[in-house]
Amino acid sequence: MSGEPLLKVEGVQTFYGNIRALDGVDVHVNRGEIVSLIGANGAGKSTLMMTICGSPQARHGSIIFDGEDITQQPTHLIARRRIAQSPEGRRIFPRMTVYENLQMGAGLDNLKYFDEDVEKIFTLFPRLKERQSQRGGTLSGGEQQMLSIGRALMSRPKLLLLDEPSLGLAPLIVKGIFEAIKKLNEEEGLTVFLVEQNAFAALRLSHRAYVMVNGKVTMAGTGRELLTNPEVRAAYLEGGRH
Amino acid sequence: MEYFVQQLINGLTLGSIYGLIAIGYTMVYGIIGMINFAHGDIFMLGAFAALIVFLILTSFFAGIPVALALLVMLIIAMLMTSLWNWTIERVAYRPLRGSFRLAPLITAIGMSIVLSNFIQVTQGPRNKPIPSLVTDVYHFGNITISLKQIIIIAVTAVLLTIFWYVVNKTPLGRAQRATEQDRKMAALLGVDVDRTISITFIMGAALAAVAGTMYLMYYGVATFNDGFIPGVKAFTAAVLGGIGSLPGAVLGGLLIGLIESLWSAYFTIAYKDVATFALLAFVLIFKPTGILGRPEVEKV
Repeated sequence: MSGEPLLKVEGVQTFYGNIRALDGVDVHVNRGEIVSLIGANGAGKSTLMMTICGSPQARHGSIIFDGEDITQQPTHLIARRRIAQSPEGRRIFPRMTVYENLQMGAGLDNLKYFDEDVEKIFTLFPRLKERQSQRGGTLSGGEQQMLSIGRALMSRPKLLLLDEPSLGLAPLIVKGIFEAIKKLNEEEGLTVFLVEQNAFAALRLSHRAYVMVNGKVTMAGTGRELLTNPEVRAAYLEGGRH
Repeated sequence: MEYFVQQLINGLTLGSIYGLIAIGYTMVYGIIGMINFAHGDIFMLGAFAALIVFLILTSFFAGIPVALALLVMLIIAMLMTSLWNWTIERVAYRPLRGSFRLAPLITAIGMSIVLSNFIQVTQGPRNKPIPSLVTDVYHFGNITISLKQIIIIAVTAVLLTIFWYVVNKTPLGRAQRATEQDRKMAALLGVDVDRTISITFIMGAALAAVAGTMYLMYYGVATFNDGFIPGVKAFTAAVLGGIGSLPGAVLGGLLIGLIESLWSAYFTIAYKDVATFALLAFVLIFKPTGILGRPEVEKV
């Protein structure tokens, strides 16, 4: 059981209409790992995140989670297997309060662990505690990002999918969020699969990483390997570091 | 003054009925962005279900207490219309989800015609009267309040309270609001979106059935095309209050009830609908989202 990866994506193809967004993707994530996925805009990173959650479903290939094939399952049943996602664009419920957004995250257990878990989230992101009765739509971008991650954590996930947690945020907040992810991984053994534009920070944080180009995985390796790889440096690191 | 108060009470009664129907329009619009034009006919089905239950009760259990008879009528009407609306959503609207916006709208209009024709064929085209169930009236000076009116206003108030609680305080209500605001995200959090939408249709139908039963009790008659005019009025109420807003639907319903009865009292009754729709046009010019409708722009 422990030898098997927690998530195994094999030969997955996803289409939007007739347009092929994923072209035979193979990735896997082991238990307790932080794995990141880097690549340019439009490479299919977010599509892979959403395909894992069954929205849209993969047309070919297979997605195995925790030993079970979830390729053709509806999104809500995949979520109930404890895959939580903080999706692209954050997708906070704008007319619900921060507190209600967090309650939505804990819906799988009917709020059984809510009081205990919400305290953890508030310790992790004290800002959310101050804003708990404010509507989600009125939060700043950074606060929404914290809420989106917090909401995903409320479901006690086995696998956390994070889609661009640093997008549009001030460097200091990004640092805080990355530290929080690292802490959750080290202290609670949380498995994280992360999409990032900020390749430098992502590679430093991750145990392993994949590089995606035009719907295909073109490179894989440990975070350190990719950080020193000349191709990766030229394409994703040095260009953005000037 | 007494005349005014009298009309106010009449208006509130009528407005309660409109408000109960309007909630069904506004909820369905909120959650799937579609106007369910068959909802007025669901209200009419509710009235007929209550009528049939009444006939069965009076022929098999003569002498049954009126309060018990009303309760039984109410519950069975709610169950039957819920089943109808659930089925309609399942067979007619769900397969069209994700197709272009007009498709479910046209289907809903078709469904409205199907339902009223079905009742016309199976129940006959004539008015179906029932004897007056509740006849008590109370006099306060020159003001007359009938027990019927009290029942209608009280039942509406109680139901709206329960309904408000469900939508705002329970996991089901949260799932409904989440589905309304971002269906995909709700699914990512484990909400069964299809089931939530079905429950929304069921809740709307149950409230419409209550309105139908109250309507039957108040006017003592049901006809196959009863769904149309009250349906249009309730739809207007939902738009007036701000479509998608639940308090707005109730407010819109009460306003339309009041305008109708006050206009009929002080001006010509023939123009009462003109007054109602003129007000709608007037409000929409200055506040296109309706009285309590939310502004279009949201900070995201």
